[in-house]
Amino acid sequence: MAWTAGAIATAQLRKNFTIGRFHAKLESVKVHYHSYDAVIVGAGGAGLRAAIEVAGKVRTAVITKLYPTRSHTGAAQGGMCAALANVEEDYWEWHAFDTVKGSDYLGDQPAIDIMCREAIDAVIDLEHFGMPFSRTPEGRIDQRRFGGHTRNHGEAPVRRSCYAADRTGHMILQTLYQQCVAREVNFFNEFQVFDVLFDESGGERRAAGVVAYELATGDLHVFVSKGVLFATGGYGKVFRISSNAHTLTGDGQGVLYRRGIPMQDLEFYQFHPTGIYGFGILLSEAARGEGGILRNGLGERFMERVAPTVKDLAPRDMVSRAIHAEIREGRGAGPDKDFVYLDLTHLPPEQIDAKLPDITDFARTYLGIEPKTQPIPIQPTAHYAMGGIPTNVEGEVIVDDKGTVLPGLYAAGECACVSVHGANRLGTNSLLDIVVFGRRGGRAMAEYVNSVDHPDIARGAEGEVRERIERFKAASGGEKVAAIRNELQQTMTENASVVRTADSLRDAHAKIEELTERYHSISIDDKGEVFNYDLVEAMELSHLLDLAKGLVVAAEARQESRGAHWRDDFPTRDDVNWMKHSLAHRGDDGNVRLEYKPVVGGRYQPMERKY
Amino acid sequence: MTMTAQPQSPTMAHEPKVTVHLKIKRYNPEVDTRPHWEEYEVDMSPGDRVLDALHQVKWTLDGTLSFRRSCAHGVCGSDAVVINGQNMLACVNLIRNVGTHLTIEPIRGLPVIKDLVVDMEPFFAQYRSVLPYLIAHDDPGYKERLQSPEDRERFDDTTKCILCACCTTSCPVYWANDSYVGPAAIVNAHRFIFDSRDQATAERLDILNQKSGVWRCRTAFNCTEACPRGISVTKSIEEVKRAILYDRV
Repeated sequence: MAWTAGAIATAQLRKNFTIGRFHAKLESVKVHYHSYDAVIVGAGGAGLRAAIEVAGKVRTAVITKLYPTRSHTGAAQGGMCAALANVEEDYWEWHAFDTVKGSDYLGDQPAIDIMCREAIDAVIDLEHFGMPFSRTPEGRIDQRRFGGHTRNHGEAPVRRSCYAADRTGHMILQTLYQQCVAREVNFFNEFQVFDVLFDESGGERRAAGVVAYELATGDLHVFVSKGVLFATGGYGKVFRISSNAHTLTGDGQGVLYRRGIPMQDLEFYQFHPTGIYGFGILLSEAARGEGGILRNGLGERFMERVAPTVKDLAPRDMVSRAIHAEIREGRGAGPDKDFVYLDLTHLPPEQIDAKLPDITDFARTYLGIEPKTQPIPIQPTAHYAMGGIPTNVEGEVIVDDKGTVLPGLYAAGECACVSVHGANRLGTNSLLDIVVFGRRGGRAMAEYVNSVDHPDIARGAEGEVRERIERFKAASGGEKVAAIRNELQQTMTENASVVRTADSLRDAHAKIEELTERYHSISIDDKGEVFNYDLVEAMELSHLLDLAKGLVVAAEARQESRGAHWRDDFPTRDDVNWMKHSLAHRGDDGNVRLEYKPVVGGRYQPMERKY
Repeated sequence: MTMTAQPQSPTMAHEPKVTVHLKIKRYNPEVDTRPHWEEYEVDMSPGDRVLDALHQVKWTLDGTLSFRRSCAHGVCGSDAVVINGQNMLACVNLIRNVGTHLTIEPIRGLPVIKDLVVDMEPFFAQYRSVLPYLIAHDDPGYKERLQSPEDRERFDDTTKCILCACCTTSCPVYWANDSYVGPAAIVNAHRFIFDSRDQATAERLDILNQKSGVWRCRTAFNCTEACPRGISVTKSIEEVKRAILYDRV
């Protein structure tokens, strides 16, 4: 690459002509070496659940770019489904059916069976860990309705979601962190992983550790370990209107994708129907589970037309498309007719205070309205990546269409794709996913690392990360990280969100190519070592660009509409040609090569998805 | 529902921008010997968050400005700062509400590392010192432990804590004496002391009965005012004091 040569020349100049404290430091990034049996990257729900599973069994480092309690699991609101049948008849098989149907038949049924069956244990485990669930009058874990969850294969909404007011994710994150404190889990807070290491000395590629950047010092840390589990969350910051945290930049996916691991089903990205207008901040589906209603600018309850049986509790893909259609057909609200309302005004004020305190506070804080008397303006918001790092049900990362495992490498949570969510995730199933597959991944990794030798990693493994960092600090190209990221988010929200066409995707693709080119000319203001978020954002942007391109290329190829992937030019599901998972491979030149693997079926045959 | 009751916000998208003046306390340990002030002007919508204004500075004027942030809607607790003298999360306060002249400093009582980034380790060490996890020695078997809605309600308020440190770093006692565990640690102890499932009340009360514990509190109420989650922090500290005095919860 031409700019590598440029960077070397610049580095040479610096060495010859500059003196002084700052540049002298730049020449000698400190490197620290650590040796562990296992490394967990990310400390949200999946990472912490895995950490609990391995604690006391194997020597483990948990590395997070934040503090664990800052992770975005804490933003999840509505609940976690499990067929406890505490308040009405329910069976895990019904939950599995709903999940398969919700996935638009792209979810792998054996994995879905495992998740829905183990959901019950997972909830009980959390309760034993101290999770403060909301309770029934009898003192049992209370349950409420949620989108797409039904009794007896679609008859009517069912009360399946276990919850703690409207801060279930916060409670899960806190509870899991508390248990990690109790187990004295070894955290490396504010360390950001920028590379993964493999050992190929045995003839077979296996995981061997990671390279992390310490935010407080700018030092690099090489963690050599037998097992590596990625649990780094989503990449919702590729979109402008997004419920995701600023820090959700797809780092785990980005790092592995660059190192030749394919990404599965990237074209399936979920848009949550009820983001706060203009902000994208999530207003939980629990609002509709408690009886909230969506209304267009004319006051009509439009979901009655779209899903006559479950109405406002239809799955998210359908509701988001319905909102998009209302707006497109001129029935939106407001001066620009570009939003609809979430109406809670008919609910008893006590119920709102008890069950939906946080989200009603969000409406007051950000829109200055009182949800007890005024409807809340909402619009669909980028929310959840169904796709990601391909794994099997043990959390082992798969590298091809034949199910070949890369030994020692694991992934769990939103960054992973098992696939239990298929083309559209049901509400609450993400909190379920992180605890079920966090536990399974942790357990499998603990077993594996006890059966293999320590990997062989030569010193200098941090070389490529060091080179990228030095290149950014030396660069003077004039392009700005924020400008490129804004343009990326703009084109993705306009062209690759709720509704897509060949034309819109072509526009997005071209824009991403342009931005990727400009990325090479980025320069940053901060050349320092201490809390250099300027540098970090530049590094993260490469992950966003890579994943956005993978998403758009996979979406261009998929000439059908399924789940969250809706093509106006191919508005029907095509089971003959497209009931298959995509695998996007990133070439060294940045180009995307697609291959496909079949969906793993089970007892439920595909049928038309009506609610 | 009355459709005529138009919410404010959509029109606010069309509101004219205002010039926001930010005066930010800067410190770069690689260059500076002491903190200094720098001033910036950015054009923002009144409905933007203070965090958006900080981003605007960082992304368009000065990339060397460092501050923590993540969720941007008040649930992760990353961006506690002092805005015009008060501890707040930058992401839950809108320009409309805090004004266009903003003085922004790092939270007080924790060592400043760079700009608005402070060392959180002392804070988390104090949190860990109160055994902030459920301790229950009975075997509940394969079922959930039962808890009545009334028992669940007793500690509901303190479960809201996001460990942002707004309370602890607003406490004058904590500024003067950093061996005090501080309000946030007490809130997190309260969350378990008053949880009917927990069996380590005596241990936690012993910890908080020490001279670094609840008796340091002089009920200044700064903590309660600072809490972005609306937790009645002082009240929860008082409940712990009473539990120690009367040996019951």
